[in-house]
Amino acid sequence: MSWNEPGGDKKDPWSGRKDENGPPDLDEVIRSFQEKLGGIFGGGSGGGDSEGGSIKGLGFLAAGAAVLWGLSGFYIVDEGTRGVETRFGAYSDTTQPGLNWRFPSPIDQVQIVDVQNVQVVEVGYRSGGRQGAGSVPREALMLTKDENIVDVRLAVQYQVKDAKNYVFNLLNPTATLKQVTESAERGVIGHSTMDFVLTEGRSEIVAEIQTEIQKVMDSYESGILITTVNLQDAQPPEQVQGAFEDAIKAREDEQRYINEAEAYSNEVVPVARGAASRKTQEAEAYKESIIAKATGEVSRFTQLLTEYKKAPVVTRQRMYLESMESVLSNTSTVMVDVKGSNNMLYLPLDKLGNRSANTTASNNANVQQPRSIPQKTSINNSSRTTTRGRDVRGR
Amino acid sequence: MRQNTILIAVGALFFIVSACVFTVSETERAIKFRLGEVIETDFKPGLHGKLPFINNVKKFDSRILTMDSKPERFLTSEKKNVIVDSFVKWKIADVKTYYTAVAGDTNQANIRLDQIIKDAFRSEFSKRTIKQLVSSDRTAIRTALITLSTPIAVKLGIEIVDVQVKRIDLPSEVSSSVYRRMEAERERVAREFRSQGKEAAERIRADADKQRQIIMANAFRDAEMLRGSGDATAADIYAKNYGEDIEFYTFYRSMNAYQRTFRKPGDMLVVEPDSDFFKYFKKQK
Repeated sequence: MSWNEPGGDKKDPWSGRKDENGPPDLDEVIRSFQEKLGGIFGGGSGGGDSEGGSIKGLGFLAAGAAVLWGLSGFYIVDEGTRGVETRFGAYSDTTQPGLNWRFPSPIDQVQIVDVQNVQVVEVGYRSGGRQGAGSVPREALMLTKDENIVDVRLAVQYQVKDAKNYVFNLLNPTATLKQVTESAERGVIGHSTMDFVLTEGRSEIVAEIQTEIQKVMDSYESGILITTVNLQDAQPPEQVQGAFEDAIKAREDEQRYINEAEAYSNEVVPVARGAASRKTQEAEAYKESIIAKATGEVSRFTQLLTEYKKAPVVTRQRMYLESMESVLSNTSTVMVDVKGSNNMLYLPLDKLGNRSANTTASNNANVQQPRSIPQKTSINNSSRTTTRGRDVRGR
Repeated sequence: MRQNTILIAVGALFFIVSACVFTVSETERAIKFRLGEVIETDFKPGLHGKLPFINNVKKFDSRILTMDSKPERFLTSEKKNVIVDSFVKWKIADVKTYYTAVAGDTNQANIRLDQIIKDAFRSEFSKRTIKQLVSSDRTAIRTALITLSTPIAVKLGIEIVDVQVKRIDLPSEVSSSVYRRMEAERERVAREFRSQGKEAAERIRADADKQRQIIMANAFRDAEMLRGSGDATAADIYAKNYGEDIEFYTFYRSMNAYQRTFRKPGDMLVVEPDSDFFKYFKKQK
């Protein structure tokens, strides 16, 4: 079977295949085959026949057709695909990537199956091109164990692991996968609580769903391998999302309240500590100052006492007079010399007081040192008139 | 002439051969009839022979087929309605029975199967609560459904490969009340969070206020103690030293007090001239 060998007749399978499709080259190809194979057929059927020429021609034609038919058995299996061959409908072989040959139709058939590309089944949503992901509530909404409803969107990625099973066992593997996915995810979500689904359980649930799908698909001998299950989204249904968001906000609010209170605490306590420190410092200052004052006063007194003891009478007299001088020079003084003369003495104290106050006021306003100009009022027994007061006022 | 004869001969041969064989694919089951009577069913995939005109061959899909029924309402044990969407995977088990029972028509098989499965569902669901249906009993239901429907399916020449519940949903009026309940639950959670926050905040504030008060009170105590000790020390100093000459101290202190008391020009003294100060005021002695 020389025509089985691709290199045998210097005609590579590529152009051989092309020839089937391209009529212009057909004649040339036939001719070349006739030339090469002519010897065999001619030798076999010749034998001095009178009409050998025409039969020979027919023979050539038949041979050419046979060769062409044989060549149509070549096919290429691309990288990442497998060819499933059947002979009269019965499975015969699974072929690997590369150049392959089968008995041409109608004896053998081949189906090329992609075993490398990962395909995706979307459940609960459709990533419809430019329109973005659209939800399919009928598929997405499902009940949880605690009889809540959640919105779950899954993407199941799969590839073909067994081309033979994939081709022969299921009528519509993709649709089946989708049905099985729906069933499996509802089974898994159905025995989980909503909180678990929406929060910490995501990865666990996904893993469980994947195992479940794989188990069922294997029981159908579908030849499909689930590579990944992606949980695109798991959230509460649209109708209650407001409430759920509010609950999340409430969690934030809780933190906010605490933070605000802590801010208050952080403000109040140090301020109080500061005030406390001021209070004690002030007390300390008071203590120190009062002791210092006492020490000072006492020191002054004891020093004076020492001197006083040396000359008690003089010192005493001096101190008395100085003090009285200081007192009387600073104040308004009314001297009343009334011994025995009059029983009634009218002293207009309020007027005197007022005047002196007024004077003081004006003095304060006009003169820098009011005490340097003290006012003396002398009320004499005889005159009973004020003399200097008016003068002072007039000045 | 001879060429034509050969061509005709080849053509006729081809026709006869093709009429005498038939192929059965991996995905097919076949029945061979002889004048309408079933004579052979157990064909392996491949090439098989038959007599033209006398024998007749029918082929059926042998792959796993799907009966995807429409969602249907069922009553649960607590008399609640649930909407169930399920599918059945089946394949032809006995092709002869299959042919006689449903005439080899997939649609008809699906319709028959649908009834069987629904009856099975009805009886299974009425034994269980929604909770059991949704969460715990899925596998049990599946097994029960398969065992219940298999005997009847066998009469149709069908093998039930799998029965799966896709969806168990509540009717829309019930789901809206579920939504309301979920909302109420969330509200409860939200309020809990907020009031917990307020609680913690109040606690922190109160603690801060307490600390402030304690700090201030302690400070007051310390301050008074300091002042007291200052006063005490001062009094001690005064007492020790002034005690040396009480009479002089009284005099000295009085003098100071007079000076300090009468120092404003507005103060008025009414004096009689017979004090020591005025001793020389009236007459020179």
